[in-house]
Amino acid sequence: MPIYTLTVNGKERTVDAPADMPLLYVLRDLLGISGPKYGCGVGICGACTSHVGENVARPCIVRLDSIGQQQITTIEGLANGDSLHPVQQAWIDEDVAQCGFCQPGQIMTAVMLLAQSADPTDAEIDAAMSDNVCRCGTYVRIRAAIKRAAAALRVGRQQVSY
Amino acid sequence: MPQRSDRDEVTEGDHRPADPTPSSRRRFLQYSLSTSATLMIGGTFVGAEDVEASVSLPELGEILDFADVVTLAEAPYASNLVLEITSDNRVRFELPRLDKGQGIATALAMLIADELDADYARTDVTLSDRRAERPFSITGNSAAIRALWAPVRSLCAHARARLVTAAARRWNVSPSSLTTANSKVLAVDGRSASYGELTADASRVAIPLISTTPKSISQYKLVGTARPRKNARAIVTGAQKYTLDIDVPMAMPTVVARSPDIGGAIVSWNGSVAASMPGVVGVTPIPSGIAVTARTFKQAIDARDALQISWRRGPVRGLSDSNVRTTLRQINTPLTPVLPLVRSLTATYEFPYLAHAMMEVMGAIADVREQSAEIWYASQSPNYVAAEVAQAIGMAASKVKIHVPFAGGSFGRRLFGEAAVEAALVSKALRMPVKLMWTRNDDMRHGRFRPMSSCAIRASWLGAATLSFEHHIAAARNDFRHGLGDALTAAGVNVVPDLFNQVGFVTMISLPYRFGNTSTKLVEREFNVPTGSWRSVYSGVMTAANEIFIDEMARARGYDEVDFRLRHLDSSAAERCLRHVASVGAWGRAMPAGHAQGIAIHAEYRSAVAYLVEIDTTGAEPRLTNAYCAVDVGVPVNVGGLAAQMQGSLIDAWSAMFRAGNHLDDGRIREGSFGDFLWARMGHSPVTTQVHVFPAQAGAEPGGAGELGITAAAAACVNAYARATGTRPRRFPIQELV
Repeated sequence: MPIYTLTVNGKERTVDAPADMPLLYVLRDLLGISGPKYGCGVGICGACTSHVGENVARPCIVRLDSIGQQQITTIEGLANGDSLHPVQQAWIDEDVAQCGFCQPGQIMTAVMLLAQSADPTDAEIDAAMSDNVCRCGTYVRIRAAIKRAAAALRVGRQQVSY
Repeated sequence: MPQRSDRDEVTEGDHRPADPTPSSRRRFLQYSLSTSATLMIGGTFVGAEDVEASVSLPELGEILDFADVVTLAEAPYASNLVLEITSDNRVRFELPRLDKGQGIATALAMLIADELDADYARTDVTLSDRRAERPFSITGNSAAIRALWAPVRSLCAHARARLVTAAARRWNVSPSSLTTANSKVLAVDGRSASYGELTADASRVAIPLISTTPKSISQYKLVGTARPRKNARAIVTGAQKYTLDIDVPMAMPTVVARSPDIGGAIVSWNGSVAASMPGVVGVTPIPSGIAVTARTFKQAIDARDALQISWRRGPVRGLSDSNVRTTLRQINTPLTPVLPLVRSLTATYEFPYLAHAMMEVMGAIADVREQSAEIWYASQSPNYVAAEVAQAIGMAASKVKIHVPFAGGSFGRRLFGEAAVEAALVSKALRMPVKLMWTRNDDMRHGRFRPMSSCAIRASWLGAATLSFEHHIAAARNDFRHGLGDALTAAGVNVVPDLFNQVGFVTMISLPYRFGNTSTKLVEREFNVPTGSWRSVYSGVMTAANEIFIDEMARARGYDEVDFRLRHLDSSAAERCLRHVASVGAWGRAMPAGHAQGIAIHAEYRSAVAYLVEIDTTGAEPRLTNAYCAVDVGVPVNVGGLAAQMQGSLIDAWSAMFRAGNHLDDGRIREGSFGDFLWARMGHSPVTTQVHVFPAQAGAEPGGAGELGITAAAAACVNAYARATGTRPRRFPIQELV
C-alpha cells in the first residue's frame, strides 16, 4: 500500500493505507485519534467535522490521496496546550453539551464560521451550523455560545490592536 | 492503553482493570462502606405519595407509577451502592446507571457533595461496571434520580457520620462539637483533618456517634442550582470517550452484512472474495448476518460489500405503512357511542414508526476468553444484556463483565444490546477482541422503532360539564423484553408479553384533568417490525394526542385553550406551570397573520411541565420563533441540566411531529441516514427557549425529567400550528402531507 505523510494537529504522522481510504478511518483506526466521530460515514451529519487546510471538512468523505500537504486539525488540536480556544471556553460557559457526541464537530464548524464572520447574525449561524446534527437538541445553547465566543474574539482583537 | 485517569472529571470505566500502578494502590484505600451501610440501610425507598384529593378517582399511575415499580425492583440491592473516600481525599461514587446526556452523573455528584459536605471539585461520579452482585436497574422511565435519591442520601449521611466519629475519637472531643465542610472535619479549636486523612479510621467505626439522618433539602448548597456538567471540558477537547473510542488493544473493527428485508435470513453465502481483501482478518456467520472483521472499518465495509449472499424474503414483506395503519384502526377498541342530546368530539391521531437515531450508533467491544467475557457497551440494562450475551456464547452470566461507557444519546434504544451480543459471538469465533459497529444505515434500517400507533379519542359534554373522555390506542406491540433489567421480569415479559405491556401502560398513563368518566385502553398487535421504548413510551404519542385533542375540544366549546385547561386540571403542579408560561409568554396577545401561540401541559413521573411556543407559518416551512417552558420536578437537582433537557425535548418534539418519521415499504425501512430522516437542525430550532424551573417546596421529593418535556412540547407545537393555519392535524409528521 502507498505510504502517506500527514500533518495532524501539528505533528507529522505516517500511514500505510489505500489511496481511497477516507481520512476518518485513517484518523480513528490507524492513528488512534478519536475526537472526530463516526455519525453516518456519508458526510451528512457533521459529527466528524475537522479542518483540512483552511477549510471545514468531513473526513468521512475526504480521500487520503486528496490531502497533500494540507494541515489537518481535529478537535484535539484546537486548544493551545491547556489554554482553550475561545469557542471551547464559550461552550463550557454556556453549558452547551449534553451527551457531547456531536460537539467536537459543532465546535470545529463554529470556529470556521467565526474566522469568516466576526459578528454572525442568526441567519448566518443557521446557514453555517445546519450541517451539524445534534440529537440532544442543544441548538439554542450552541447559538448562545457562538455569540459569546464572537464577543470574546472581538475583545481579543481589540486588545491586540492596541 | 490510556492511563488510569486522575478522575478529576466524570469519566466512564474506559480502561481495563489491569494491574493498577503502584501509585494508584497507594491512593485508593477503599473501605467497604457498603458492608456497614447494609446494617443501616435496609428496606425499601419507595415513597408512595399521598394522592391529592380530586374529583376524579385517582388512576393507578398517580399512586404507583412505573418508576415506583422500577425502584421497588431495585430496593433489596440499594445498599450495595459503592462510595469510596480515598486517602488522597477524593470522593468517588460508582453510579449504577447509564449517563447518555441526561446529566445524571453531574446531578449525583452535586447531591453527594452536598450530603457528605465534600469538596465538589474532588467528587467524582463514574459509571459503574455491571457485576453480578451489584444492583443495576434499568436506566429508563426518568427514574434515575427518583430511585437513587434516598439510598444515596442515606449512604452519604452515614459516611459523614463515621468520618466525624473518627475525628472525634482522634481529637478526644465531643462529636457534636465538630462540623464538616469541603471534605474536612473541623474542630472548634481550629484543628482540622481531611476526609482522606480520616478515611482509614472511619472505616473502622462500627457505630457512628452522630445522627445518620440525611439533611433537609433546605440545607443543600449545590442541589437546586445550575452547574455545568462535570465532563464539559473533556467533551470540548475531544477527550471524552464513547464506546468505540475506547482503546482495547487488538480489538478489530467489525461490521455485519444484514438482510435488506427486516428479519430476512440467509439462504447461502460465499465469503471467499471478501476474505481475501486487504486488511480482512475474519468472516463470521452470526444469526443477524455475516460479520466481517478487518484492520479498519473502511476495509471491513468494503469486504462486507464484496460478500456474495443470497437472502430469503423477510417475514414483513408484503406489509407497508398503509397496511399497518388500516389494521390498527380495525383492531382498536371501539369508542363508546354518544348519547342523544350530548355533544361530542372524536378524532384519531396517527403516529409513524420512528427510529431512535441517536448520534452515536449502536456499537460494542467484546473480548471473549475461555472462562470469561469482557464487554464494553453503553447499556441501559446491563444485567439483561449480560444474560443475553451469556446465552449467546454459552457461558454463565456471572462470568460476563460489562463496562458501561458514556453514551452519545440513546432515547431508549440501548435498553437492548444486539451489538454486544454480536460482538461477543464474533470475538468468541475469532478468538480475538472485536470492536463491532452498526453503520448508520444499519442503525436506521435494522434497529428498533417507536411503535406505529393510532390514537382514537372521544369526549362528550353537556353544557359546561364534561361527561366522558375516552382514549383508545392501537399500536404495534412495544418490545419490553429487557424487563426491569433483572432476569425475573425479563423472563416474565418473554412468557406473557401482553401482561407486562398492560402493566407498563396503566402505570404510565394517567390524565391530569377532571373530565368525568375517563377511560384509556391499549390494544397491541405484533407486526414483526422490531420496536422498543422511545423516550416517554406510550405517553409520547398518547399524551401528545390528548393535549392536541383538548385544544380542539376547548375551541369547539368556545373556550380559550388556557382557560379551559385551568378549569379542569387536577394537578396543582401542572396548573402552576401553565400559569407561568401563559404569563411570561403573554398568552393571548395579538399575533401577525400566519403566526400563533400554542400551549400544552404534561404531568407524569411525579413532575409537571408546560410549554408555550410561537410559530411562524408564513415561510417555506413552519418554524418556531420563541418558546417558553415551566417545569416542576418536585426537587430540581441540577437546574442547568434540567433546563437543557426541556430545551432539547422541544427539538425532539418538533422533529417528531413535523419533520421526521420512518416509512415501511414492503417489509423494508426506507430511510438510511440523517439525509432522509429529517431531524431538526440549527435552522429549524427556535432562537431561544426560556425555561423556568420551580424551586423545591418544603417536603417535596424529586420527580423524573428525562421524558417529561417531549409530550407537552409536541402538542404545544402542533397546537400552535393548528391555530396559525386553521387546520386539524391528524397524522404525523405534518410536513410529510403538506
